[in-house]
Order: sequence, then C-alpha cells, then structure tokens
Amino acid sequence: MTATAEPEIGKARLRKEDTRLITGQTRWTDNLQLTGMLHMAVLRSPVAHARITNVDVSRATAMPGVALVLTGEDLAAEQGSLPCAWPITEDMKAPAAPALAVDRVNFAGEAVALVIADSAYHAADALSEIDVDYDELPVVLDLEEAVRDNDLVHEDLGTNKSATWVYDSAEAGSGTDVEDEIASAEVVVERTFRQQRLIPAFMEPRSVVVDPAAGMFTVWSATQIPHILRWMLSAVTGIAEHKIRVIAPDVGGGFGGKLQVTPEELLCLLVARRMGRPVKWTETRTESMLSAHHGRDQLQKITLAARRDGTVTGLKVELLADMGAYLRLVTPGVPILGAFMFNAIYKFAAYRFVCTNVFTNKVPTDAYRGAGRPEATFAIERMMDELAVELGMDPMKVRELNWIKHEEFPFTTVAGLTYDSGNYEAATARAMELFDYDGLREEQARRRADGSPFQIGIGISTFTEMCGLAPSRVLGALRYGAGGWETASIRMLPTGKVEVITGTSPHGQGHETVWSQIVADKLGVPFEDVEVLHGDTATSHKGMDSYGSRSLAVGGTALVHAADKVLAKAKTLAAHMMECDETDVEFASGAFSVRGTSTSRSLGDVVLAAHVAHDLPEGMEPGLDADATFDPDNFSYPHGTHLCATEVDTETGLVKIIRYVAVDDVGTVMNPLIVDGQVHGGLAQGIAQALYEEATHDEMGTLTSATLADYLVPSAADLPSFITDRTTTPATSNPLGAKGVGEAGTIASTPAVVNSVLDAVRHLGVRDIEMPMSPERVWTALQGRGDPGSGDVAAGGLGSIDAQGGQE
Amino acid sequence: MHISVNVDGVTYADEVEPRLLLVHYLRERLGKTGTVVGCDTGNCGACTVHLDGHSIKSCSLFAVQANGREITTIEGLARDGKLHPVQQAFHSNHALQCGFCTPGMIMQAIDLLADEPDPDDETVRKGLEGNLCRCTGYQNIVRAVQDAAQRMKPGAGPEIEQRTPHAVGGE
Repeated sequence: MTATAEPEIGKARLRKEDTRLITGQTRWTDNLQLTGMLHMAVLRSPVAHARITNVDVSRATAMPGVALVLTGEDLAAEQGSLPCAWPITEDMKAPAAPALAVDRVNFAGEAVALVIADSAYHAADALSEIDVDYDELPVVLDLEEAVRDNDLVHEDLGTNKSATWVYDSAEAGSGTDVEDEIASAEVVVERTFRQQRLIPAFMEPRSVVVDPAAGMFTVWSATQIPHILRWMLSAVTGIAEHKIRVIAPDVGGGFGGKLQVTPEELLCLLVARRMGRPVKWTETRTESMLSAHHGRDQLQKITLAARRDGTVTGLKVELLADMGAYLRLVTPGVPILGAFMFNAIYKFAAYRFVCTNVFTNKVPTDAYRGAGRPEATFAIERMMDELAVELGMDPMKVRELNWIKHEEFPFTTVAGLTYDSGNYEAATARAMELFDYDGLREEQARRRADGSPFQIGIGISTFTEMCGLAPSRVLGALRYGAGGWETASIRMLPTGKVEVITGTSPHGQGHETVWSQIVADKLGVPFEDVEVLHGDTATSHKGMDSYGSRSLAVGGTALVHAADKVLAKAKTLAAHMMECDETDVEFASGAFSVRGTSTSRSLGDVVLAAHVAHDLPEGMEPGLDADATFDPDNFSYPHGTHLCATEVDTETGLVKIIRYVAVDDVGTVMNPLIVDGQVHGGLAQGIAQALYEEATHDEMGTLTSATLADYLVPSAADLPSFITDRTTTPATSNPLGAKGVGEAGTIASTPAVVNSVLDAVRHLGVRDIEMPMSPERVWTALQGRGDPGSGDVAAGGLGSIDAQGGQE
Repeated sequence: MHISVNVDGVTYADEVEPRLLLVHYLRERLGKTGTVVGCDTGNCGACTVHLDGHSIKSCSLFAVQANGREITTIEGLARDGKLHPVQQAFHSNHALQCGFCTPGMIMQAIDLLADEPDPDDETVRKGLEGNLCRCTGYQNIVRAVQDAAQRMKPGAGPEIEQRTPHAVGGE
C-alpha cells in the first residue's frame, strides 16, 4: 500500500463522478427499464379550487394499452395523507393531504386521476379521454387577502392561517424589548419586501420506478432523501419499513426541490402494489412546474430601530409566508429557519420575529436552496442599505459599525444562537480589494455627474447563515420531526481497498470525490482505493440525507470518526503484530511503526491480519470495519462579503452585472475546485431571483410560468463571470473545521444585486423595485421618477414601497 | 413507418410511429440513455445530439426525420477508449455537477467549436444560450469550452464534424 504523497484534504481533486457523467453512462431513474414495467401518467387539475363532482374514466379505460385508470375515490381508503414532518406549533392547522384528490382540488396542477398503461405514450393518450367535472370555488391567491379569511382554501379549517410562530428576545432573555427600542430610537426605518415565489427547476425531471418483485418494494426515485422517503412511505402506507428499499441512483440536481415525499412516489408504490408489476412515472417539465413544490413566497414587514450615529438597536420582523395549498414535508418550517438569521452578523439589542403561515390555492411551497435564510438575508441586507441612505452614510460603514468583531467570537446573538467563529473584517477587506470599491465609486460619481444613460450601482451583502441542520436536540426543540445527525461506515477490504458508506445523498455535490479525499487522508490510502457507496437503503441503511449544507459538516465528520475507530483498532493489532506496547506505536502515511525502530507494518498488512484473524489479541473481533454517527453540538456559520456592480441602462431598464466579487468563509476547504463550483452555482440562483425568475399566476390561479420558456432560468448569456476568493476561520463545531457551502452563494447574492441596482437609480428618485428586476420593472420605476407613488407601479402593486421610506 | 438511422456508428432499422420523438427513439428503443430529456419546449437543450454533424435538439425532431441520417450522441464521442477533447475539458475544468445537462452541453459545445475554433467568453456564452445548467453558474463550462478549443487547435472535432456540409438547422 502506498502512502499519499501530499495531503488529500484541501487538494483540487478532479471528480470521480465525472467519468460516467461525461460519457452518458449515468444511471438516471428514468433510464430504468424493467421487464413487464407499466407506465403511470397523472391527470392534473386545470383549476385552482373546485369540488370534483364527477370523474368519467370509461373512455380512457378502453384506450389501447391501458391497464388501469384510477381516481381519488379508488385510492381514498389506502392513500392516507402525505406527511408533514414539521408541525411548528402545538396548534398548527394542517389539512389532510391526499396524494390523489378525492372530492376537491386546492391548486391547479393537483393530481386527480392516474392512467397506467404499457407505454408512456399510451398513458398520455388516455389522460385526454378522462372527463372531470369541476364545481369551481373562490380562489385564494394573495397573502394579505388570504389572512382576512373572506374565502377559505380549506373550509374545514375555518381559517387560512395555519400557524403563527414567534421569537421575542425579551421573552427569551436574549435581549431587550423591541417595542422599547423602537419607541426610544432616533431613527426608525420601516420597509415591506416581497420574496417572490420561485421554482427550484432542477434539470432532471422527477422520476419514480417501483418494483414489487420478490416480496420487497424497491423504489428508485430522483430524490435527495432516500432514507427519509423510506421511513415516510412506510409510515403513510403501513408497508413494513424493512419491506421497502429506496434507491436514489444518479440524481440530477435538487436544490431542496427533491427534499420531498411526493404524491407521485406514494402513488407509484400503491399502483405497483395493486398491479403486482413494476411501475414508472416520469414527469414532464410542465408537470414539474405545476406540481413539484415551489420556494420562497413571503411578504416581509421589517422595522429597524437605530441611533443617528448608525448603531442599530432593534429589529422587528413580521412575515406572511405562503404555504400554498398543503403542508408538505417541511413546508411550515422553512420560514422558521429564517427566524434566527434576520439579525445576521449585527449586534441588535432587541429582536422580535413573528411569522404567520398562510394557505393559498397554489402549489405547496417547501425547501429551495437556502430555505428561509435567503429571505432573512435579503431583508436585513436591504435594511442596512436603507438605513445607510436614511443617515447619509456609506453602506459598508454602517455594516462595519454594527457587525460582530472577530475578537468577539464565540458570540451569542439576540436570536439565541452562538456563532462559533468568523472574521467579517477579513472577508470584507479582501472583497473590497478584489472589487476596487473606491475605483467603482469614483466611476459611479463620474457617470452621475455626466448624466450618462448607463448608471452604475454598487451593492453589498455581508451575510451569514446557519448550516448543518443539526444538532438533533435543537431540531427537537423546534418541533422538527427528525434528528440532525449523520452516519458513516468504513469497510476495510482484505486487499486493502476501502468502501465508505455514507448516509448523505449527493445529487451533484461531489461527495464521492470529497469523501474519498477525507478517508484517503485519514487512513493514508490512495484516493483511488476508496469507493463511496450511498443512496441505497440496502447498503446505506440509515442516514438523514442531503440538504441544508449539512453533508460535509455533519456527514463528513461521521466519516472522520469512523476512520478514527478503524485506526484505533488497527493500532492495537499492529502493536500485537510487532510485539510492542501500543503506546510505542506511531501511525503515519498509511503505516504503523514502533517508535525509534525500523519495524513497521502497513495498514494493509494489519487489515489482512484482522481479516484472516489467525492471530488476534485476546478478545478482539475479526475485521477492522467501523461505524460512526455524529450529532454536532452547534450549527455552523459560513459567512462572506459579496459585492456587486451593475450597470443600469436607464433608457431600457436593462440591468447588466459588470463585476461580482464573492469572498466566502466556509471554514476549512476540502476541495477548492468543488467549493468554487458550489459558489458559482449558488450565485447563479441568487442572481436569478434578483433579476429573472418568478412563478406567476393569473387571477384564476393558473401558473402562467409553467415552462422553461416562461420561467426564466438564466442561460450562460445572462450571467457574468464571477470573481471568487476565500478567507478561512475554521468551524469549531466539527474536527474538519468545515462550515458548509451549498447555499452560501444563493443566500448572499440576491440582496447584493438588488442593492446594487437601487444604488444605480436611487438618485433618479427610485426607492425600490420589486424582484425580479426585469427591464420592464426597472424602466417603469424610472418613468415614475420623483413621483412618490411610482414604486407601486414598479412593484406590481404588492407593497415593496412604504410611503414614508427611502429618500428622494 | 420504417426508418434506417445510423447512431454512433451502428445502423438501426426500425418500425416507428410517426409521432415518436427522436429522443424517445434513442432512449426507449435503442437504449441510448446518455441523451436525456429536461423539458418539453426545446428550451433546456439536455437532449442535444448531432444530426449529420450538427447539433439539434432531439426532443424537437421526430424519429422519422432522422431516416437515412447519421446521429452522434454523447455515447459515441469517445474514440478508442479516449475521451473527446471537449469531454476531457469538462472534466478537467469541473464544468459539471449533477451532470444532467452535460451530454447536451458537450454536444452543443462541439458544434460551437466547429464554427468558432477560438471563441472568446461572450461567444461561448451566446453559443450555449440554448442549453440550461442549474448547477454550475456556467463559469466553468465557459472555461472548459475555451480550454477544449486550445486542446483541439487548429480546430477539430470528430471526423463527422468536418466532412458534413451544413444541411440541417434543426432548431
């Protein structure tokens, strides 16, 4: 066995995963073809709110190739209710959530009937032959209208308000009373922001195959959460958990959008059970837009109290969060993940957060990259700019004045979290240098003075986030239905090769590469000798899967602990083999040696000795395999400073990003290539929220952005090149020092872009522009320059502007 | 209808329904699952293959339209166990994450490089406008395409890219 020549951790290793992905050898769920397999197609409601009065399937049943047509009535007795694992309050109102609508539909796109046929084409043909009569009900779409309870999404609940969740620093003992701070403030800034509804838009459409053969239900699904899915499918259907095996093969992106127990997964399982044959369902893109969960969608009223010198004192956050029509897996908890982040990196004396979760007749919302934290970061970073404008101060100066200094860590915030490490000064200094902040300010002044039609703006976002979605006891205190630990196993094979089993479930992140690096480093084995197994509950029997930037900080740490166990046992055996005292054994570069002698045994020698078990110390079990489960004692807190310069064409409203600098502190980096990739992709999604993407509905509740022609996922031509760099303060909550990077770019970038555009046009009388900042919205805002009501036009009427806010 | 199509160097003869999309013919009938479907409106480009050497979106063509033609998919690019320079460049530049868009992106990049052997940043971005990626933010894809251009100097691509005249637009 050869020792690794240089440390694997920190190395820009090219990815193991690529080989199959660049040659078309990938196994996507939809690639599977099983003998006798049937194809399921789903008929979806074209109306947003209605009673189903009749479903006629007679013509569909007679169509060629059709094996079965099922309605909600047919499955009502066995389908149960889709799970919601995060009842945020004791008295939360949760409607029954049937996978297939029985007598009522609550959003356009909800499943109402199934065709099971011998081919996908035949199944699709028969869908158009099903006749459904709908008795339409009033449609509830607007959040502010919904809370008035004039029309109800779920009549039986008696209200559209699902739950109200409160955090108050005075009550929690983590700070003073926010009303006192507001009353005594020298400056109060109040703003209302809209977090538009987004669609995760993973590139691989969802797909499920269920094979009921041999007394076992094998479920392949394009999911982020094979372990949770297995548990939930069992809980909902009553099929014993050990009779369900879930496999997430190669999964083409998720971004939170595949963190779900979907109606279609459950329906495929029920149909396969009923038919006794394998069943596949693969969605079209339009189905994905119409029925896979959406993200964001909040109305945020923010009140910030400060002193004239720029010191912030109080922050009050009042949210309305759109649940859509049902509570999916973690729907109610998404805005609550933001509750601890509105105060961000700043030292507020008082903080109050009140969120009301509201039902509407729209697709359910749930996790989307950042989940609650982008919303919080957007609001606070916009508010810091608004405060700077109010006080006539430089927006970076206002931030510097208020942020936690590097020598103050660990720091317990007004929201009750303890930030373990960070250095906001260092990240900011590096970003300012890369950005040429002063130079761009000069250019901005020149263009303003010249009255150029191309105005420049600078936007800042000095963000932090909470990652890991752990520890379990905190998740329990928040009434989350699962834990936050992660698990790993290491199998030492007799030839010295290593199998690693992880409970994380990658879908593009590169865990196979990075987990191999970590194990190679710890055990001193070659990178190529490590194989990472994941995403199959038969090989990886437990895990909490991948979301919330948790895989490395939590799952990677479990791996380190498993490797430590392997080495501890190997050391005992090595001492036995070399006939020395264990305290004299040293381990380096994959070999054990006796201190001060040339006697040594490679790890491979020890593994083989453990495997054949011919001569083990008294009481030692054969083999060197080890398992470990890690539950951290704190979240991790990546942070960074993002600076965005935009050029706004004031004649057309077109926004162009001319420079984007992201300096992130994600703790210790395992693989810089992968970290940069995560940041790039995250930035793209955050910028897309600022400039391009929005799920829109007509007044009947029909999703009018249900294709990729209407929902503007940016192309290469829409995005700039990014300048990325890092500063590093290791996390103290895990031995790797890792903080997480999956969501950072998305969380940080949206306010940087929006602040930048507003900075470019504020001197022209524009005080806010609602997202996405399309040319039309920017242009319209500019037309109304100087008119106090102009913002309402720009914002499409949904209250992005407060009459008393902003400056002229 | 009866069609005869050469796919990745093998000639197939099949009876197909006139409405069968080319991408479904490739995936379902020929088992060429390296080519994938990402949307139903021709926007995402995940299904991009080459028809007589030029990129087309195989979700926007019927199988019968490929009758008598040559199709190259991602599975037919590597020669003699050696990756195509564009495949190699995608790997070397970390130009993929989940990899779902990658086959289409690579096929489109090869087409782009056949027209523009030394493209600048903007040319690459515009040339890939019809292919969506949700993971990478495109930065490393652009880098990979430019890197591939250097690897392929003075301009190359598989044989099929060079000898066929511009016959089919396809998009």
